[in-house]
Amino acid sequence: MRASLFVTCLVDTLFPHVGRATVEVLERLGVEVDFPRAQTCCGQLHWNAGYMEQAALLARRFGDVFAASEVVVTPSGSCAGHVRRHVPELAPAAASVAARTLELSELLVERLGVEGVGTSFAGRVTYHPTCHALRVLRIGGGPERLLRAAPGVELVELPAAQECCGFGGTFAVKNASVSSAMLDEKLDHVLATGADTVCAADSSCLMHIGGGLLRRGAPVRALHLAEVLAT
Amino acid sequence: MSAEAASRAARPVAFPQAAAAAVKDEQVRANVRLSQDRIRARRSAAVAEVPDWEELRDAGAAIKDRSLRHLDRALVDLEAAVERAGGVVHWARDALEANEIVVRLVRASGAEEVVKVKSITTDEIGLNDALLEAGVQPIETDLAELICQLAGERPSHLLVPAIHKNRHEIGDLLRERLGLASLTDDPHELAEAARLHLRAAFLRARVAISGANAAVAETGAVCVVESEGNGRMCTTLPETLITVMGIEKVVLEWRDLAVLLQVLARSATAERMNPYTSLWTGVRPGDGPSAFHLVLLDAGRTRSLADPQGREALRCIRCAACIGVCPVYRQTGGHAYHTVYAGPIGAILQPQLSGERGQPASLPFASSLCGACADVCPVRIDIPRILVHERTKAVRAERQGLEGASLRLLGRAFASQGRYERAQRLARVAQRPLVREGWVRSFVGPLAGWGASRELPALPAQTFREWWEARERGA
Repeated sequence: MRASLFVTCLVDTLFPHVGRATVEVLERLGVEVDFPRAQTCCGQLHWNAGYMEQAALLARRFGDVFAASEVVVTPSGSCAGHVRRHVPELAPAAASVAARTLELSELLVERLGVEGVGTSFAGRVTYHPTCHALRVLRIGGGPERLLRAAPGVELVELPAAQECCGFGGTFAVKNASVSSAMLDEKLDHVLATGADTVCAADSSCLMHIGGGLLRRGAPVRALHLAEVLAT
Repeated sequence: MSAEAASRAARPVAFPQAAAAAVKDEQVRANVRLSQDRIRARRSAAVAEVPDWEELRDAGAAIKDRSLRHLDRALVDLEAAVERAGGVVHWARDALEANEIVVRLVRASGAEEVVKVKSITTDEIGLNDALLEAGVQPIETDLAELICQLAGERPSHLLVPAIHKNRHEIGDLLRERLGLASLTDDPHELAEAARLHLRAAFLRARVAISGANAAVAETGAVCVVESEGNGRMCTTLPETLITVMGIEKVVLEWRDLAVLLQVLARSATAERMNPYTSLWTGVRPGDGPSAFHLVLLDAGRTRSLADPQGREALRCIRCAACIGVCPVYRQTGGHAYHTVYAGPIGAILQPQLSGERGQPASLPFASSLCGACADVCPVRIDIPRILVHERTKAVRAERQGLEGASLRLLGRAFASQGRYERAQRLARVAQRPLVREGWVRSFVGPLAGWGASRELPALPAQTFREWWEARERGA
């Protein structure tokens, strides 16, 4: 299989190691990965904040950049959710590309039928199913199945897992105090599991959760699913 | 002017500021979390019992959409049916007109006090203040509404108005305000004290005021659902009954109630069937009130109806399921939202109905767009989508200052590969004064809110695309 990586602007700029891990996992499974250099951002940030003209422009651009791609894969539940649900409305011409865009675990579990990806990661892991993966994409239990199939991973259930971590794009800054209160509750739940790693399929939520853990001085790492799988 | 009226007249405090204060109230947060956990578990169980729940939600949405589409005809039909049955229908363009109508009717009756069924619509229009100014004492008869009234506070939840208070706080309030020094904090004892207090008011009352959960255009029947029996007392004992209803509550046919009452009971109080469902059609000699007035309130409903992307909000049946699952409401409680419709639904209804009283929009931004609300709404209101629609309207209507400038600039950068890559390189240089050893150490400007509770990694030396390019060259 050939897949085009949509790395997302956040991973490209701030978390390149998540992009590298995504490539590593895909290539290990024999997927031929390409990276269309013209890609920038899907426009979710602008859509979320109410800047609809910019969101529409970036949606059209997304469709153009990936027009030739057989499958588009991205290490972000929320970007994949935005592309699949909102891009077709913002830019009807991009609808077919949007429909071919998959979040990483969707590609692995649902398209390729793979669960064991040969990771040597070892640790006690709890998984936070991010809101847009859960309620926009409705990806089901793919990430948990990948983690359970990893021999060195002890997966422990996160209490109130489906509750939002409080990131929410510009919400995290515009309503910083509420966002932080939501984060506090999420971190309490993470710490209650006794896990050494909290894992998710969205670098934005992880930036928030990981940033909070570090501020608390908690000995828990926040890792992207791709990082755990690529180890 | 009462303290409540004064706070209502004041300019509303924008959500971020009100919420920042609210999250510091550990007692309220603990009370709200406890109640929310209880409500969530019960609602999920009640919904799980129904095999065709998703189809019921479809039907609920379709019923509300149909009556909204035919609202013009439905309201005229309702008026005719109510008047045929001996009721009187009044039309109110806005809160002021509705309050004037109700005050005039109460004055004509000569009553100096009125008993009230819990009604968010009358809270929306500030009816209690209008009555007080006219020298009429309103008495809230729903226990939680009574608690809020005695405390001089606004309800903080559509359905559980005193969710922000625990029983010890309620005990203190009743001991003080009802003069019952020996009352304990036992919930049964508290409820009994309120019951005795209210029983006297029911027996005295000559006028009652209610809202309405629905009215049927076909028959003229008006419906109120409640859990304590206080509504039944109000709608049957007094001589005069005045109902204030938002025009979006009308349904076309009697059978529409069969769906709405099913989804409402399970979504609202997690009950299979609502305990007290009162339905009446006009007046009947020798049975119940001898005069019935129905005040049909617009107050922004037609404005919302004219907005194709926002009108779905008018489907709302005030079940509060969205509030029960909202992670934002969980931290702030209802008072941070400067609207009687708190939580996710309030964050779209208030802007849809009347805007934010001249303040820049803050309610549409009071959400992380997590989508939990949309998943539980029994009439399938896509709340996140309408929040974004309201954000879009706000961004177009108001200056967004630094945020607007940054997002437009970012939009320009994202629109071209060259500009985007230059921006990445520029940001790496620009961050230098703020970072040390791979982490942001100085949270300035828009970063301040982030840095209050979170660390932030510095931009790494190499972007993903630079790594990819290097790898391609090497390969």
